[in-house]
Amino acid sequence: MSKLLTISPSPHVHTSESVNKIMYRVILALVPALVWSVFMFGLDAVRVTLLAVVACMGFEYLIQRFMMKEEPKITDGSAALTGILLAFNVPASIPSWIIIIGALVAVGVGKLSFGGLGNNPFNPALVGRVFLLISFPVQMTSWPVGIHAQTDAVTTATPLAILKEGVKAGQPIADLMHKLPSSIDLLYGNIAGSMGEISAALLILGFAYMLWKQVITWHIPVFVLGTIFMFQGGLFLLNPYKFIEPVFHLLTGGAMLGAIYMATDMVTSPMTHKGQFVYALGIGVITVLIRNFGAYPEGISFAILIMNGFTPLINVYLKPKRFGGKN
Amino acid sequence: MLKTFKIGGVHPAENKFSADKAIEKLALPKSVFIPVAQHIGAPAQALVKKGDQVKVGQIIAQAGGFVSANIHSSVSGTVKKVDLATDASGYPKQGIFIDVEGDEWEDTIITDDKLIEKFDTDSKTIIDKINAAGIVGLGGATFPTHVKLMPPPGSKAEMLIINGVECEPYLTADHRLMLEKGQEILVGTRILMAALGVNKAYIGIENNKKDAIGRLKELTASESSIEIVPLKVKYPQGGEKQLIKAVTGREVPSGALPIAVGAVVSNVGTAFAVYEAVQKNKPLIERVVTVTGKSVSKPSNFMVRVGTPVNELIDAAGGLPEDTGKVISGGPMMGKAIASLDVPVTKGTSGILIMPDQDAKRKTSQNCIRCGRCVTVCPMGLEPFLLMTVSERQIWDRAESDCIMDCIECGSCSFTCPADRPLLDYIRLGKGKVGQIIRSRKK
Repeated sequence: MSKLLTISPSPHVHTSESVNKIMYRVILALVPALVWSVFMFGLDAVRVTLLAVVACMGFEYLIQRFMMKEEPKITDGSAALTGILLAFNVPASIPSWIIIIGALVAVGVGKLSFGGLGNNPFNPALVGRVFLLISFPVQMTSWPVGIHAQTDAVTTATPLAILKEGVKAGQPIADLMHKLPSSIDLLYGNIAGSMGEISAALLILGFAYMLWKQVITWHIPVFVLGTIFMFQGGLFLLNPYKFIEPVFHLLTGGAMLGAIYMATDMVTSPMTHKGQFVYALGIGVITVLIRNFGAYPEGISFAILIMNGFTPLINVYLKPKRFGGKN
Repeated sequence: MLKTFKIGGVHPAENKFSADKAIEKLALPKSVFIPVAQHIGAPAQALVKKGDQVKVGQIIAQAGGFVSANIHSSVSGTVKKVDLATDASGYPKQGIFIDVEGDEWEDTIITDDKLIEKFDTDSKTIIDKINAAGIVGLGGATFPTHVKLMPPPGSKAEMLIINGVECEPYLTADHRLMLEKGQEILVGTRILMAALGVNKAYIGIENNKKDAIGRLKELTASESSIEIVPLKVKYPQGGEKQLIKAVTGREVPSGALPIAVGAVVSNVGTAFAVYEAVQKNKPLIERVVTVTGKSVSKPSNFMVRVGTPVNELIDAAGGLPEDTGKVISGGPMMGKAIASLDVPVTKGTSGILIMPDQDAKRKTSQNCIRCGRCVTVCPMGLEPFLLMTVSERQIWDRAESDCIMDCIECGSCSFTCPADRPLLDYIRLGKGKVGQIIRSRKK
């Protein structure tokens, strides 16, 4: 026989899944929310998203090529995804130069300084966002009004900020209710906020798609949102004058975007469902604590970053149940 | 709800092309190479030398210890030489070369197909016959069957589980055997039950073989001691521990044998071989082998004499396809890629799988994205990503404490990894090293 046969150890078959497919499916899941933000904020949303994606991919290419001296892997989709998530986490009116700095911090510091995809302890997009929030607090908290709004104002406040200001001023929740958007507006996203976080319904639609394609499992999003609901619900029952009902907190701010798309980042979340439960519990609790008692109106990005830091520890202590093991 | 094992598992494409192909007897080869080590344990000692005349079924190598098995000639003819040659493992192994002349069987062997149901139920008699016939587990592990039938003192078998799962994609040898030799398998099952002194047997079959389930259910309708258990299709259900869990709900403790939970597991092919050995005095000299692949023109199931070179099977299945890239002895998940088509079929060869070029090579591996899929699919509850890393970095104590020795090498982790990482390659390396360390500690 003349032909040489390939020799390799088993298994000889492989799933059709790949890293690229996972990344592009997450991106696809984010498209409805992206379309909505373009509808709400107009061309600014396109500008911010494109800039963030191009900057993330560009910085990844340059750093991998010239600093790490390795074959650039920008086509794996991870840099593009970081770009989209970063764009989703900033106001649509953000100046272009700020988003470019955010992209550099996200990809350069958040991801590549640790060795690239898979090695970063913290979610790169959130590293970028929190860096911007701390460095440029004014630009990062000036929320543009939607292009369809019947008003002369240029900026407005997010529901969470309205709530925070009111509670700080000592107003009871009942008096604030008329200033806050209805649950329906919150659900489909007729509110102020970061570019991609406003439409809870469309983010959930993407979640359903990712579950269908088995990109992620339900555990982390459900545990995070469940914890927020239970904890906030408990506070509400204790003192309904001071604490708002829990559904408001599920539908506002980055709760959906964070729970579904950021907390589930595979690289930075625990491996086992047991570990994911602890991780998600931490995110939920810290988010509610910051939102109710902290200085910032919103806290899920801090909560996720803090729990990212615990992930290696969680992985060490919460092992899967071994077959035939004692526990 | 169909039963299955609880943790992990994957669903590779089944591709059972030869499921409706009846078992054909393969024509006798011109010569055979019969390795003396076709089982787990000590190699057998050759009893013949160059120039000896042998008959079909004649013992040609004697078991080399308790955990070992006799080897019989699968053909009649002249011993050409006793020498080294490469087998499916890729290493040179000692074996007996025989030039085939005619087809003359030992007189004691009953060669007709008539079903014989009655048997002597004395355990020792049965075990001696099985031992003499050189029967080993035909599911692929090739553990000598007589050893399994003699549980160590202090442990007692409560049940027999017959493995008709055939969870490896492509393979259909067990499936065809259950369809065509159902009665014989059941007699074999009863013989094994008598040998073990148990009065309950389960036959676990995955639900993608509904005809085999139906056939065996029909044959056991009036028999309460043998229960057919349809199982949800999930790889690696044919793994001994997974099958016991699926059928009985019992979990074999880490590091222990199935007998620890009162179970003994045998493959359907083994049950058939036991029937032939005890009822027909026929040693294990042939077995069913599936020859299949996407480009194979005639996927088939052959009854093949042990020692037949693989290329004879491939020729009978329509020849080696043009686009062949890899030939595997066994299934795609756990089989071994072979370097030469001259290697012989042995007792453990369940299939010959021919993969086209485009499926033969692995994709380039990427960084681990810590998606945790390997953890989710591991049927032993291990963390393959971690075991790979610690093996790569040679942190053997960590590999041991994270249960590397529990790995059954099913390949579910490598199969499922979206970054195409060679998880199992490194885990095997680590297992080998940690196993060495554990053994040296005992000395």
